[in-house]
Amino acid sequence: MNELLARAGPDEPMHRVRLLPCGDLATLVELPPDAGVLEFRADVAALGLAGVGELVPAARTLLVHHSAARGPVVRAALVTLPLRKPDPIATTAPVQVSVHYDGADLSGVADEIGCSVEAVIAQHQDPTYLVAFCGFAPGFAYLLGLPSALHLPRLATPRTLVPAGSVAIAGEYSAVYPRESPGGWRLLGRTAATLWDADLDPPAVLTPGRAVRFVAA
Amino acid sequence: MIEIVAPGPLATIQDRGRPGYAHLGVGLSGAADREALDRANRLVGNDAAAAAIEVTLGGLAIRLPSPTTVALTGAECGGAPGWDVAVTLPAGSRFALDVPRAGLRSYLAVRGGIAVPAVLGSRSTDTLGGLGPPPLRAGDLVPTGSAIAGRVSGEVATAPAHRPALRVVLGPRADWFKRKAVTALTGSVWTVRPESSRAGVRLMGPELKRKVTTELASEPTVPGALQVPMSGMPILLGPDAPVTGGYPVIAVVHSHDLDAAGQLRPGDQVRFHLW
Repeated sequence: MNELLARAGPDEPMHRVRLLPCGDLATLVELPPDAGVLEFRADVAALGLAGVGELVPAARTLLVHHSAARGPVVRAALVTLPLRKPDPIATTAPVQVSVHYDGADLSGVADEIGCSVEAVIAQHQDPTYLVAFCGFAPGFAYLLGLPSALHLPRLATPRTLVPAGSVAIAGEYSAVYPRESPGGWRLLGRTAATLWDADLDPPAVLTPGRAVRFVAA
Repeated sequence: MIEIVAPGPLATIQDRGRPGYAHLGVGLSGAADREALDRANRLVGNDAAAAAIEVTLGGLAIRLPSPTTVALTGAECGGAPGWDVAVTLPAGSRFALDVPRAGLRSYLAVRGGIAVPAVLGSRSTDTLGGLGPPPLRAGDLVPTGSAIAGRVSGEVATAPAHRPALRVVLGPRADWFKRKAVTALTGSVWTVRPESSRAGVRLMGPELKRKVTTELASEPTVPGALQVPMSGMPILLGPDAPVTGGYPVIAVVHSHDLDAAGQLRPGDQVRFHLW
C-alpha cells in the first residue's frame, strides 16, 4: 500500500481516501467531503473483489468488511479507486411519505429559528431527500436534504420513548422512527406509513440511495 | 420441545447472527461466544446454522417433555447433566443450571436446533434492535427442529484455554486520543461494570482522554469495537450494538478474541494487548 501511495507522487491530485483499520476483518474508508459515499460503495461493489463482505455506508465513511487474508489486496484496490461526486438527482422515483404535522417539538422549532409553524412545515416539505445511510436502529434512515434553516442540535435530554412513525429532525438530517424507541431528535409530526417490516425482504422502504418526499397528510 | 421452567437473569435464542443487513441498520446479533455455540451444535450433530439457547449467569431451568439429546458448553455451571458432551435425556427430565464459577454465557444446544421462525435469516434475539424472538420466560414451550447435519458426537469436547488478555488492533480513531490514552488502554487493568449487556461491555479504568474534541459524524462500527463516549470510559461493543455510532473507536478487539470478550462478566478484570 505504501508503494501505491508513493507512486501517486506530489503532482497527482491530493490523496483521496484515508484507510483506517477497524479490527482485522474490516477497513473504514474515510472519504473527502466532495466525494459521494454511496457512489463509492457502488464502485467497490462493482469491482467484485474476492473476500469482500458487507459494505456499510455512513455520513462520510464506508466500512468494508473483508477476510483477514484478503485485507492487503482489498486495501490496495480501495486506495486506487477513482472518486465520484455525489449524484445530485436520485435515479429512482421518490418515496412519498405523508405526514401529520403535529409533533411535540414543532412549535419549539419554530420559536428557536424565529418563524411560524407553517413556515417550518413548508421548509420541511420543500426538498427531495436522499437516504444517506441507516443506523441507530433497524430501518432508521438518515435523510439528507434538510434546509439549513432547520439544522438544529438534538434535544439536550433525549426522550425515553418516541412513538413509531415519528418524523423528526436533528443536525443536517431528517428521519422517521421505524419503531417505538428512545430518541433525542426533534419531532415535527408522524406518519402512518409502514417503512419497516422485518418479515419482508428488503425489510426497509428507506434504503440507502432512495429519494424521499414528505407531503402533508 | 423444551419447557422453560425458569430463564435465569437472561436466556435468549441465538445462532450465528444476522449478517447482510448492516446497511439497513440491522446489527449482527448472534451468540456472544460463537465458538461455544458451534461446539454445542457439533456435539449434538446439528447444522452449524442451528439456533441454541444462550444462558446468562446460569439460572436456566428446563423440563424435557420427550426424550432429547442436549449439549451444554461455555461458562460451566453446576446442575447440568454433562458439560462439553452430548447427553440423551429421557422424557420428563429436568435440570437447573447454577451460577457459573467463571465466565458469563453458557449454551444449550438440542439435537435438531431451536425452531422458532427466522427473522431476516436468523433466529437470534437482537435485544437492542428488537428483532427475533423475545427473551425466554418461565412457561415458554420452545420448539425444536430438524437442523441435523450428522450423528451425535461421542466425544468430550475441549474448551479453548482462558485468555488473560484480549488482543486489539488500534484504530479506526486512535488518532483522536492523546498519546497517553493508548498507553493507558494497553497498560491498565479494566474492570467490567454491572451495566454491561449484549449491546456492550462497560469498562472502568483510567479516563481515555481525547485530543480531538469535535463531534464525530456517525460511522459504522463492529462488535469488538472499543467506543469511547465523553466520559472517557470505553464500551466494548457486543453483538447487539447499533451498526453506526457517533463516538470515536480507539481500538477493535481481534476477531480471535471476540468469544473471550463475550464471556466478560461484571466484576471481571481484563487487559488489552496490541495485536
